[in-house]
Amino acid sequence: MPDYNWPDADHRTLIGKRISRVDSPVKVSGRAKYTYDYHGANMLFGKVLRSPYAKAKIVSIDTSAAEKLPGVKAVEIIQKPDATAQWAGDEIVAVAAVDESTAEDAVRLIKVKYQPLSYLVSDAEPPAGAGEAAGPMSQDDIDDAISNQIPDAQLAQYLQEHGVTFKVDNDFLKDMEGEGASEAVLAAIRQAPYHEVKAAHHSNYQKTATQTSGDPDKAFAEADVVSEGLYGAPVIVHCCLEPHGSVSEWADKDHLFTHISTQNVSGIAAQMAEPLGVSAANIRIHQDNIGGGFGSKFAADRWDIAAARLSRKAGGKPVRIMLERDAELKVAGARPSAYARVKVAARKDGTITGWQSQSWGTGGPGGGGMPPIPYVFGIPNQRKEHTAIRNNIGPARAWRAPNHPQAAVISMGALDDLAAKLNMDPLDLWLKNLEIAGPRRDVYREELAVAADLMGWKEKWRPRGQNVSGNVARGLGLSIHTWGGRGHASDCDLTIHPDGSVDIKMGTQDLGTGTRTTIVIVAAETLGIPIEAINLYIGDTLYPPSGGSGGSTTPGGVSSSTRRAAVDAREALFGKVAPALNAQPEDLECVNRTVRVKSDPSRSLDWKQACAKMGAMPLTARGHNDQVAGNNHPDLTNSGVGGVGMADVEVDTETGIVKVKKMVAVQDCGLIIDLKTAESSCYGALTMGISYALFEEKVMDQATGRMLNPNMEFYRLAGLNDIPELVVHMMTGKGYDERGVIGLGEPPVISPGAAIANAVANAIGARVSFLPITPDKVLAALNQRKAGA
Amino acid sequence: MHDDPLKDEPKEKVDDNSGVSRRDFLKISTISAASVPILGTKIVQADGQPVKVFGPGKVPVELTVNGEKHTLKLEPRVTLLDALRDQLDITGAKRVCDRGECGACTVLLDHRAVYACSVLAIDAQGKEITTVESLMQGETLHPIQQAFVDNDASQCGFCTPGFVVAFKAFLDQHPQASSDEIRRGLSGNLCRCGTYHGIHLAIAQMARKGA
Repeated sequence: MPDYNWPDADHRTLIGKRISRVDSPVKVSGRAKYTYDYHGANMLFGKVLRSPYAKAKIVSIDTSAAEKLPGVKAVEIIQKPDATAQWAGDEIVAVAAVDESTAEDAVRLIKVKYQPLSYLVSDAEPPAGAGEAAGPMSQDDIDDAISNQIPDAQLAQYLQEHGVTFKVDNDFLKDMEGEGASEAVLAAIRQAPYHEVKAAHHSNYQKTATQTSGDPDKAFAEADVVSEGLYGAPVIVHCCLEPHGSVSEWADKDHLFTHISTQNVSGIAAQMAEPLGVSAANIRIHQDNIGGGFGSKFAADRWDIAAARLSRKAGGKPVRIMLERDAELKVAGARPSAYARVKVAARKDGTITGWQSQSWGTGGPGGGGMPPIPYVFGIPNQRKEHTAIRNNIGPARAWRAPNHPQAAVISMGALDDLAAKLNMDPLDLWLKNLEIAGPRRDVYREELAVAADLMGWKEKWRPRGQNVSGNVARGLGLSIHTWGGRGHASDCDLTIHPDGSVDIKMGTQDLGTGTRTTIVIVAAETLGIPIEAINLYIGDTLYPPSGGSGGSTTPGGVSSSTRRAAVDAREALFGKVAPALNAQPEDLECVNRTVRVKSDPSRSLDWKQACAKMGAMPLTARGHNDQVAGNNHPDLTNSGVGGVGMADVEVDTETGIVKVKKMVAVQDCGLIIDLKTAESSCYGALTMGISYALFEEKVMDQATGRMLNPNMEFYRLAGLNDIPELVVHMMTGKGYDERGVIGLGEPPVISPGAAIANAVANAIGARVSFLPITPDKVLAALNQRKAGA
Repeated sequence: MHDDPLKDEPKEKVDDNSGVSRRDFLKISTISAASVPILGTKIVQADGQPVKVFGPGKVPVELTVNGEKHTLKLEPRVTLLDALRDQLDITGAKRVCDRGECGACTVLLDHRAVYACSVLAIDAQGKEITTVESLMQGETLHPIQQAFVDNDASQCGFCTPGFVVAFKAFLDQHPQASSDEIRRGLSGNLCRCGTYHGIHLAIAQMARKGA
């Protein structure tokens, strides 16, 4: 049995070092090709007519004038009369024309009659008593819940308690599996009791969770201190710089070729097959590079199906539909909001004894679920109630660490307010309660110590509102977080050629997280050759399937499948080379571009000579990582990380402007393959965190039902000058490396918002309840504090 | 990219059949003094002033990109960015916001950084257009590009060409610039993955070189 285990520290020459991203040169030179850059011969340009109303019944559609416009090659009605557009920007008709301006002209010639319906685009606190009791789930409800990444246990419990409104069949289960439903959720759907009738949703409000554990009444009655507060984070959008979209072309009536901007190369064909009536085996998906996804690009979207249909109507010519910036921000995904009124009970010494929350939020038409609150800390006595708001703001999609940043803002905010009420340094409160911080409590202890040191917490920290000089208030805040990150299913083909060249083929994708770099480091380390010697091919369904890049599952998946393929290929090579070295295959090793005898390194062949012993035929090994841990022998990946975020902010109490002065991230993720890109993930996460903490919000106009800021001027992203000193420390060495590889995309983005919110509270002595912490909210909080004082 | 018909603006009187849009009009009026000789133009009166009108329909356009001349037929409303990307397959400049907010489409026009999404192709005639593709010398990266590689200043990479070109334009004009000055000079570019830390380091590397 070959030894797949990761090499130990003494035998790693590449793994864990700082290695430059292998695709940097093509990116900085402008040579990297993205879906948006693909320009097929005779390509047609697709444009989409979108609903101007937040909710409207489509009465009639007249496309005749558009069809007659010279240059228009195909028209595709996406939603027919009698359908109801569910948000402003919902797709109605798509057209394809010889150039973009003609397509735009054609869209303007389409006449649609709408019957506007009443809508809701607010996610304000539900009125008292609002909210239908929980009921059984329809297919759409389940679909929405999975899209919103409602935690598995929550969804499974709900299905068990409330059942479903339809007879579950295998097709539905297969669809849900394709959407990413876990085994646990699929089992829960299969076993859910059937309830015949479920009236259409009449209310926009639904109580989706009511949970009690322990004895909260007793805990609050006996508490020395009860802290109350209001916390939350609004709907934000992904704002991928490369918008969603694709270019589709038909080679013949049965064979489709689609270039698509996706986080899910291997999973797209199956989604397109049914709506297009063609077998998934006949759909080829390709993507070289993706300009951002952040969780929003797993699906073949309606506009992608429309592009393929337009292409078919136009005789197979390539049709490109890439979303315009406004559409990208309106319809291509949003992070659900979450708000909560929280009460926390504690003893004088800081021991937390009780939690009570009424939370609400929206993920658009699907409503959404309760974020995992209280976050990280398993507070013993709890009462929680969550109301989901179904509204017409557009659909939610997974956004880096779905539900966790919101949970952190609410929970870490509530605990920070408790610390203030107890006159405790929050760092001490966190440390005091680590016993209830779950399986990673010892990791948090280590990480908090490192983070406090890097921040200079003990030297800098002052009680609330007591670090003020003139109109400048300074403050510190912290938060901790957790995530899974086990490797997904992944297949890797590694081929060694007789001339010594090596290629790897895998249907994965590199989101800018360093996936390519991870794969070649693992292969080069295993074969003892430089990373430049490996030709890597990813991003195509011609290659073995590998999971979608979401939930921090990619590093574990691709590193494990690559390691297995490389070890098997190496063993096969040893078999061919051993006679020439007068040794047994198991006595050989690959080191420093040679194949040599372990006990006598002087007996060696350089890599090329060794490969020449293969004869004429190359050899290929297939490595597989199974997403079920127990099926991997040995398991090279793992699940469950901690992580700490700390913020140091400066608030101008006259203008209300918050300036982040320093951020610290301390993060574990098991065995790190490339330290350089791992750190970059954390720097990026801190930056995104500053952005959503201070600037980002999808602002809806109550009067028209439309998004008010669907552009990059008023949907503000952090800029170069908003980013201060960022300090990242990765936990490595004993206790971490031997755990195997764990993904990193999600965890470090969770804490920054909560840490910044807490730092602002520490600076100004008042809580700004909801992100983003804009100057108007800071001034309002200061005024409220003055009025209360 | 919606060009509102000028007739919505009653103050500006223009020949109704001119095919000129407000956006074209604004652009045309700013360049009317440049007098680029183009076939197929005509003169109309706008607010009592004669202005040159291109189109309607496609007009010949000559662009000099990275030293190479290209003759195209384009509608006057086509932006420089779309001409580069869709006509010439020069795709380093990216289309992101398409309205001058993010900098991903930055190119040089006579050595000055411009947002290619906010320049009409017809306005770029007679000028030297330089894109990110021309920065490498053979297979050797430009020092700015190398600084981005060294400091891992790109993740998804979609904003990177815009940053690199804006950086070059700024340094060409301010060779002695400090890190703070470069940072301000690049504040017209946005990134979503959060590569600013790496860009800060790349800036520091270049500022040291310049000093």
